[in-house]
Amino acid sequence: MTETRISRRFAECAAQGRPALVTFVMAGDPDLETSLTIARTLAASGADVIELGMPFSDPMADGPAIQAAGQRALKGGQTMTRTLDLVRRFRESDATTPIVLMGYYNPIYVRGSEHFVAEAKAAGVDGLIIVDLPPEADDELCLPALGAGLNFIRLATPTTDDKRLPAVLANTSGFVYYVSITGITGSAAPDATKVAEAVGRIKRHTALPVAVGFGVRDAATAREIGRNADGVVVGSALVAAIAASLDADGRATAKTVPAIGALVADLASGVRAARLASE
Amino acid sequence: MTVKPNSFRTGPDERGFFGIFGGRFVAETLMPLILDLEKAWEEAREDPAFHAELKDLSIHYAGRPSPLYFAERLTEHLGGARIYFKRDELNHTGSHKINNCLGQILLARRMGKTRIIAETGAGQHGVASATVSARFGLPCMVYMGAVDVERQKPNVFRMKLLGAEVTPVTSGAGTLKDAMNEALRDWVTNVENTYYLIGTAAGPHPYPAMVRDFQSVIGTETKEQFFAQKGKLPDTVVACIGGGSNAIGLFHPFLDDPSVQIVGVEAGGHGIDVENGHAASMTGGRPGVLHGNRTYLLQDGDGQILEGHSISAGLDYPGVGPEHSWLKDTGRVAYVPATDKEALEAFQICSRLEGIIPALEPSHALAHVLKMAPTMDKDKSIVLCLSGRGDKDVFSVADHLGETM
Repeated sequence: MTETRISRRFAECAAQGRPALVTFVMAGDPDLETSLTIARTLAASGADVIELGMPFSDPMADGPAIQAAGQRALKGGQTMTRTLDLVRRFRESDATTPIVLMGYYNPIYVRGSEHFVAEAKAAGVDGLIIVDLPPEADDELCLPALGAGLNFIRLATPTTDDKRLPAVLANTSGFVYYVSITGITGSAAPDATKVAEAVGRIKRHTALPVAVGFGVRDAATAREIGRNADGVVVGSALVAAIAASLDADGRATAKTVPAIGALVADLASGVRAARLASE
Repeated sequence: MTVKPNSFRTGPDERGFFGIFGGRFVAETLMPLILDLEKAWEEAREDPAFHAELKDLSIHYAGRPSPLYFAERLTEHLGGARIYFKRDELNHTGSHKINNCLGQILLARRMGKTRIIAETGAGQHGVASATVSARFGLPCMVYMGAVDVERQKPNVFRMKLLGAEVTPVTSGAGTLKDAMNEALRDWVTNVENTYYLIGTAAGPHPYPAMVRDFQSVIGTETKEQFFAQKGKLPDTVVACIGGGSNAIGLFHPFLDDPSVQIVGVEAGGHGIDVENGHAASMTGGRPGVLHGNRTYLLQDGDGQILEGHSISAGLDYPGVGPEHSWLKDTGRVAYVPATDKEALEAFQICSRLEGIIPALEPSHALAHVLKMAPTMDKDKSIVLCLSGRGDKDVFSVADHLGETM
């Protein structure tokens, strides 16, 4: 695939001798305007790639933190149209930070895959991660997305063995998202040694960057995991920080945006230190 | 446009699709396991020893075959077609759910799994799962929406007596779909040792086909029993549809008998016109993707899943098994709604005229039979799947009727 914002950004990080910091927040959490400010703050505070969750009523692979974020967003009136608007507005002031939309298939399916990928591309989206679309279902969305010039980022997991990896990687582009545990988002911290082995195994099958997520919640873990990965993904910890900053009615407060800025800056220092430490 | 197939009984295809419906829309973590399950099921299906053990348990443990009963007084009362009940409410645990649970627990054992998880709405599948887990000495975790835990207390206690752990699910609206989400989260976390015993003919392939095959004993027995009594096929078969496992079990053996009219009855709740006030996913929903399959779903214009409503916790599910969606689109099966009120009336009529207290779920099917039987000639016959008994529902029915107990 040709160069994209995602491939350029991973190459820049590699040139700096560090893993990329990939951050996840839910679009529209707790409201549209705040989440736009949060997205801009992520980029300004050291996030290299931004994953924006597309809220879904039934997030089967997510833990309580991200479930709650999706419900807050939906309650705040978030829709797919608004999520695409959010990306469009983000792009007005940031032409380089890659944006990846992450979520579940149904809200895309009802919109029509071909229509959706064209809208997403026009809004400035760079890639998609759709949890419930395995490679067996590539004709549903993956192929239309690639056709529209979007990266389609696939999850590889501890249960994806060497026999299955080639199928999982076949149409994957941008980067590979290694799910460090068998479980849902926001679970226990992964075992860094096992993760390093798994990343090595995946890299024997692909030249794409490998980012590791699920269970990374602080700078120390980000640093540890980042030693052997091309990227570290943090989601539930950020979303939980947003939740902790809200008032009793679930509305943003003056603390919301600074809390995210501080956490991301800390995580960014973690990934920047990942390869410095003597190993 | 839908092309009429030569046979309605050959699905799904090798990718798990019935037309556009079905498939395997699951997270990558589960995908290798789903492929293993499919392989194990294909092997078991060809193994005479597997079938022999299942048959032995069905007879001596579950009490099959269930009788085909001529409902004489109800027939007289309605003055039209002859009405027969396929009495799956007489099975051990009180519903058709045991048919599927016995099959799947044997498969779980064959796969070397050491822990069972299940979701439940009304609690009938939870009780059947807890029962077979007790019988085979496996720990069982049942996920049940917190709202359902409240409205189905007797079944919650039954599951506990049987040694299962019941986890109330508070996420979302706290009903069946949320219980299924939570069971999927457990499965993705404990994928190595855990078997997910899905209770209805829905979910990722191979579940819809596998559950259908285990439930088809209902239709196969019905066909034999009706023929033994009348020397022909029934004119109409009717069953209620939540996920649709008792219905597909009754319908499947009759799909290629064109003389047999087949009717599925969905939960019409407060009425099909009431927004989010029913659970009739085919009559009032649109195709979408949830819980591993594409099927008709109750959803809003943005693809968010609606909760739906039914007086019956067992029908209160925003989706339906994918094979039903396909049978609807091909026109082979007619799907109609019955409201809460109609089901409540049917529940009472059946209790008084036949001395059988039906569950609220088949009361929906019965409500439709009350409408259609008087319009049919007296030499016609209808078979209704009486999929569960109403003991679990007496408290909530009393509540609806304004009786204090």
